[in-house]
Amino acid sequence: MATLKVPVTPEDHIQGNPDAELTLLEYGDYECPHCGRAYGIVKQVQKHFGRRLRFAFRNFPLAQIHAHAQTAAETAEFAGAHGRFWEMHDLIFENQGRLALPLLVALTEELGLDAQGLRDALTAGEFEPRVRRDFLSGVRSGVNGTPTFFVGERRHDGPWELENLVTALEARRALA
Amino acid sequence: MANILERGAPAPDFTLPVTPDQKLSLGELRGQPVILAFYPADWSPVCGDQMALYNEVLPEFQRHGARILGISVDGAWCHAAFASDRHLHFPLLADFEPKGAVAKKYGAYREGDGYSERALFVIDAKGIISWSYCSPVAVNPGADGILEALEELAPRGQSSRR
Repeated sequence: MATLKVPVTPEDHIQGNPDAELTLLEYGDYECPHCGRAYGIVKQVQKHFGRRLRFAFRNFPLAQIHAHAQTAAETAEFAGAHGRFWEMHDLIFENQGRLALPLLVALTEELGLDAQGLRDALTAGEFEPRVRRDFLSGVRSGVNGTPTFFVGERRHDGPWELENLVTALEARRALA
Repeated sequence: MANILERGAPAPDFTLPVTPDQKLSLGELRGQPVILAFYPADWSPVCGDQMALYNEVLPEFQRHGARILGISVDGAWCHAAFASDRHLHFPLLADFEPKGAVAKKYGAYREGDGYSERALFVIDAKGIISWSYCSPVAVNPGADGILEALEELAPRGQSSRR
């Protein structure tokens, strides 16, 4: 049973109650269609648990098969550096079908952030180490594709439909 | 699940096509760690399948001075198309004729199915298996076990390089 080797900390992008009893962590790739579908499911899981759940997202771009995954991850981190990570995260997934640099620039402008600043950060690879750090923490923890979820520190294997994730989180809660 | 070769066993040598007109022998890679990754077939219908993952983790394997070889019963032309489609930067060997012969030597062949297990072997610089793992066929084993095995090898690997 694969377990999370790098615990979720305030360094991570965390949505919801930071002191929640339950933690759902996703390793995801912005260009992966399965992650695009999981995006909506996670929203439902969050609605189901409310303040009992915190959700964290780490980058796991499969850059060799997804040409824009790395750039998208760095764009989300750029927005994160300006306190807008989750808005960018949502916008990218909601526009996944058009994912390319012009879209990322347009979304950056939509959030009122500096598009030239994004271009400079991408050129300089400013957020590359952060994305790589997420990726390697995933590799260490047995992430084997995207999306990979962890419920607490245990890797969630098998289907990740709403009912599967709710059941896994409830089971975790029963243990606690 | 098959009984695969375990730690301490000498890794059986083999020569297999690595492209339609080139062959590779395990013995040629002696002196560095080798990761042998048997997998059932090219073209798994998922993002981030096992070979795609190893492709992304390749820089980490290289940091340990290790070579990775993927092996399945697919033919060399099939491997070429798959590797090109997925932009794979490491060799895929065709255990195609006689079918699965190398997988059988490693105890990693599924007779009833006609393809190999998802079996991983880390072979040290002297050609001895230092770690092996067989995953359920439906479960991508990831790369964490390989990296841990390579780390365990590192001190010995360095001393053997004088």
